[in-house]
Amino acid sequence: MTKEQIQEAIITQIQTIAPEIERDDIRPDAHLQRSLEIDSFDFLKILTALKEILGVEVPEADYAKVDTLNKMRDYFAERMAS
Amino acid sequence: MRLEQIEKDPGEFSLTPNLKDYEAERQTFAWERVAESFEGLPSGGLNIAHEAIDRHANGERAEKRALVWLGENGEKREFTFVQMKRLSAQVANALASLGFGKGDRIFTLSTRLPELYYSAIGIFKNRSVLCPLFSQFGPEPILQRLRRGDARALLTTRTLYEKKVEPLLGELPELKHIILFDAPEHLDKRVLSLKQLMDGASDVFDIPPTDPEEMSILHFTSGTTGMPKGVVHVHKAIYNHWTSGRYVLDLHPEDIYWCTADPGWVTGTSYGIITPWLHGLTNVVDEAEFDASRWYRILQEEQVSVWYTAPTAIRRLMRIDNDPLTEYDLSRLRLIQSVGEPLNPEAVVWGVEKLHLPIHDNWWQTETGGIMIANYLSAPIRPGSMGRPLPGIEAAIVRRTDEGGVEIVTEPGKEGDLALRPGWPSMFRAYLHEPERYEKCFAGGWYLSGDLAYRDAEGYFWFVGRSDDIIKTSGHMVGPFEVESALMEHPAIAEAGVIGKPDPMIGELVKAFVSLKAGYEPSEELRRELLGFGRKKLGVAVAPKEIEFQDNLPKTRSGKIMRRLLKARELGLPEGDTSTLEN
Repeated sequence: MTKEQIQEAIITQIQTIAPEIERDDIRPDAHLQRSLEIDSFDFLKILTALKEILGVEVPEADYAKVDTLNKMRDYFAERMAS
Repeated sequence: MRLEQIEKDPGEFSLTPNLKDYEAERQTFAWERVAESFEGLPSGGLNIAHEAIDRHANGERAEKRALVWLGENGEKREFTFVQMKRLSAQVANALASLGFGKGDRIFTLSTRLPELYYSAIGIFKNRSVLCPLFSQFGPEPILQRLRRGDARALLTTRTLYEKKVEPLLGELPELKHIILFDAPEHLDKRVLSLKQLMDGASDVFDIPPTDPEEMSILHFTSGTTGMPKGVVHVHKAIYNHWTSGRYVLDLHPEDIYWCTADPGWVTGTSYGIITPWLHGLTNVVDEAEFDASRWYRILQEEQVSVWYTAPTAIRRLMRIDNDPLTEYDLSRLRLIQSVGEPLNPEAVVWGVEKLHLPIHDNWWQTETGGIMIANYLSAPIRPGSMGRPLPGIEAAIVRRTDEGGVEIVTEPGKEGDLALRPGWPSMFRAYLHEPERYEKCFAGGWYLSGDLAYRDAEGYFWFVGRSDDIIKTSGHMVGPFEVESALMEHPAIAEAGVIGKPDPMIGELVKAFVSLKAGYEPSEELRRELLGFGRKKLGVAVAPKEIEFQDNLPKTRSGKIMRRLLKARELGLPEGDTSTLEN
């Protein structure tokens, strides 16, 4: 899967949990929870869904490494490649 | 299954607990004597701001750190008691110069910024009323609360203002000013900059005489049948804050204290602002949302000794398969308390195993103003129990009688309404403008909390559930009526019934059942539209997380949606008494 495809999967999941969010609202380097007003419950659900799709689990201790769109995309890309 | 009682070894305490003998303390306790712990206002009376900040700033704690603020991006700012005194004086002078004074309701809507903390103190100094809103509310809950609370001013940030408040301005003619924490200059005559106001204000403010019974804080809490209620508190509530700080949080002068609650809710004001400062302590505030590694780092680096947090956070820490004590130096941490919803027994035990400290649960409500029932540092813990009533607090399990009174349930283990004997200083004095709703909370000389519980033979109380439809999610209350009303504004929705669906992480999640008007068909697209509609209007803290289509929601013959039945069906439980169900 390319980085672009991973990013697409992330955006789709964000919009599934929070359909009010427009694509343009998601700034690549903004803190996802704070800038989009998704709470930690939503965030857990997004990561759970992504685990199903991408096959990579983000352990709780790594949540700070996936707190922006870019960081999350790179996190998945790195682990899916290995 | 009930877990084994956790015993304490007094030899292991690094400091002698303030509460050494629970029974003895209960017997000798008298509220009048708490007055000795306060200085009293030089001009007369009692004011939270003087007891929390000014008296320390005028004494030997002047240069001690009052607030340690940790910014989301790694910034750190520290404020001494004397700095807090001056900054809050500037805020008070600024408010006074705008014509605000005694009793005027000043709302706050903000993330955890330093400005929020010294502004709260400034509001008390000016004898105005602090009315906190949660920053994750959407425009609809904000509008409802500003209106019902007679808001005169709103202190907020530029982003929150533009996103959630600006579109409402036309509907709020009585809201005289919006004051922005982060705008360098006034935007116009109505929307002002706190900085610009403070720059022109003196940093000396003599607090006018304050009656201990004067309104200090107005919190909003959810109702089961109507819109949110404004819960009125008074300056004298600090008697409870000081006492619970002493007995439950076991505060000692050398403690460094961190309460993780947001000041948009009552824990964040009573115990995130007022209590630590009444005791003259260093109070840690983190701007960021929960992050496990970050939180452990804060405990370590700030050398937190007393930590007041919530079950949702503890359950997330439990998800990590690590050994915190080998990764972090938490040797200063000596007491953990938790509130927001009942703490599951496994979490109490997890604390013992992983942090070498049990987690102490306690119980109280917005209406009670302060902690009422708790587990104490010096006393054994029964995992899953909320503990025993504080000295000065009388609690009981009661049952309503047909005559409108109550009878006390004395039999151990028997379920009933958790009730408190009115008269403790932080008891709410009113629901604003709703005397009838207030009266309904009392019967036969007791305050009825709306929680169902039982008491065991040794006097420990155990939470069972709510006696009404109020939803407890991530530690805060959501009123189903408020959610249903907002959903009904969508053109496709004919009826809505909202329940709390049990969830292992956040207690309950808000779930809505909706039936559609003629011409609309259930579809995934519509479900998503409704989900987005709710979130936009209500905000993430209140909006439904799940929406399910259902034709003909169960109703009583008088047309009231039976939420109880929706919940029973959702859980696959027996439907109970359905004799009032419409055919």
